[in-house]
Amino acid sequence: MSTATKELTKQKALFEYLVRLADDRLILGHRLSEWCGHGPILEEDIALANIALDYIGHAANLYEYAVEIEDEGRHRDDLVYFRNDVEYKNLKLTELPKGDFGFTIARQFLFSAFSYYLYQLLSDVEDEQFAGIAQKHLKEVKYHLRHSREWVLRLGDGTEESHERIQEAFDDIWTYTGELFYQDEIDSLLTDEGLATDTSNFKSDWKKLVVDTLEEATLDVPDFDQFMVDGSRDGLHTEHLGHLLAEMQHLRRSYPDGDWQ
Amino acid sequence: MPKTKAIYNQDEIWELLSEVKDPEIPVLSIIELGIAREVTVEGDKVVVRITPTYSGCPAMNAIEQEIEKTLRINGIQNFEVNKDFSDTWTTDWMTDEAKLKLKEYGIAPPGKTDPDDDFLNSLDSSSKIVACPYCDSTNTELQSEFGSTACKAQHYCHDCDEPFEHFKCI
Repeated sequence: MSTATKELTKQKALFEYLVRLADDRLILGHRLSEWCGHGPILEEDIALANIALDYIGHAANLYEYAVEIEDEGRHRDDLVYFRNDVEYKNLKLTELPKGDFGFTIARQFLFSAFSYYLYQLLSDVEDEQFAGIAQKHLKEVKYHLRHSREWVLRLGDGTEESHERIQEAFDDIWTYTGELFYQDEIDSLLTDEGLATDTSNFKSDWKKLVVDTLEEATLDVPDFDQFMVDGSRDGLHTEHLGHLLAEMQHLRRSYPDGDWQ
Repeated sequence: MPKTKAIYNQDEIWELLSEVKDPEIPVLSIIELGIAREVTVEGDKVVVRITPTYSGCPAMNAIEQEIEKTLRINGIQNFEVNKDFSDTWTTDWMTDEAKLKLKEYGIAPPGKTDPDDDFLNSLDSSSKIVACPYCDSTNTELQSEFGSTACKAQHYCHDCDEPFEHFKCI
């Protein structure tokens, strides 16, 4: 945003960047956890719950480092439980309702593929702790990507109904994928400092993996140049995020100092 | 009553840490798992550096608390437990003895990671053959890369007809 009057420091930019990454993973992890007890088969119930836990773990690592960088004595839980929807910077892609299994798989595949390339580049940033976090997450994201990619192939090239439903899922979610590559002055400042990466560096790799996989799954690839939604990084969300946060934050806000005994 | 010895040396701290087990795999200590990385002692101050295993592993919090408890009941008041990401945890840090203990516990141990493994080329096949921990048969099949905990995958042995878990190699 060009309206920002406060000077953007390296410290402030890194804090914001870490929170954006963490918000994406927390919200998607929460969405995915909704499958627990509702998976189409037992193995998938377990797999989706495992991946949800990974995301929440990734979010925790990133928030923890963010508050350390911020250095104002906040705890990671303060960011999770005491921010409202407009203060959350997650991509709208991550907050959409879980939909059917096909929709969940389509989203998992697109997001895991993106994370896979992003973490590869973040593994080399000039900050030992951040690079270490990225390397660690990358190892786990490989499992997520393999899992969702196999399901895209199986559903796309499966029965008539599974084909139709996963195709519909990709068609519906497509308009939310443009934001994956959104960049503003936070990204450019950090990229100049060697602390982040220009997402255009891996956009063509991501596209290629997506196109190859969809074609192998006998699916039509939606138009990359269609209208894409934006605004998530400025706190503009769908109506779904507020409901998700209400569920997630309710207990903590009702009993702010509550503790498990 | 807590012990009152005020000063411990490094070796004694390692000895204390060897008593801290993974709550989900209680045959292995945090040293055998490669979680405890470094101990420094300066005067009465003890610093333990640990590295997290799987990000989604709820046992990590329990392990941190267990380390703190162990130090405290041994009379150590002045300590820090630091979580460090600068070295990325890998199953290669697990000792051979630890792998044997895992197998005896009924979990197929992780093999060696392959740094040259081209992930994108092998996207389709997680085709590594895992031997059954019960009968050593290699006539086994991967059922799911996600199991009862973040660190394990589910396999099935066609010779002894038993499902078993494999500690994933990362």
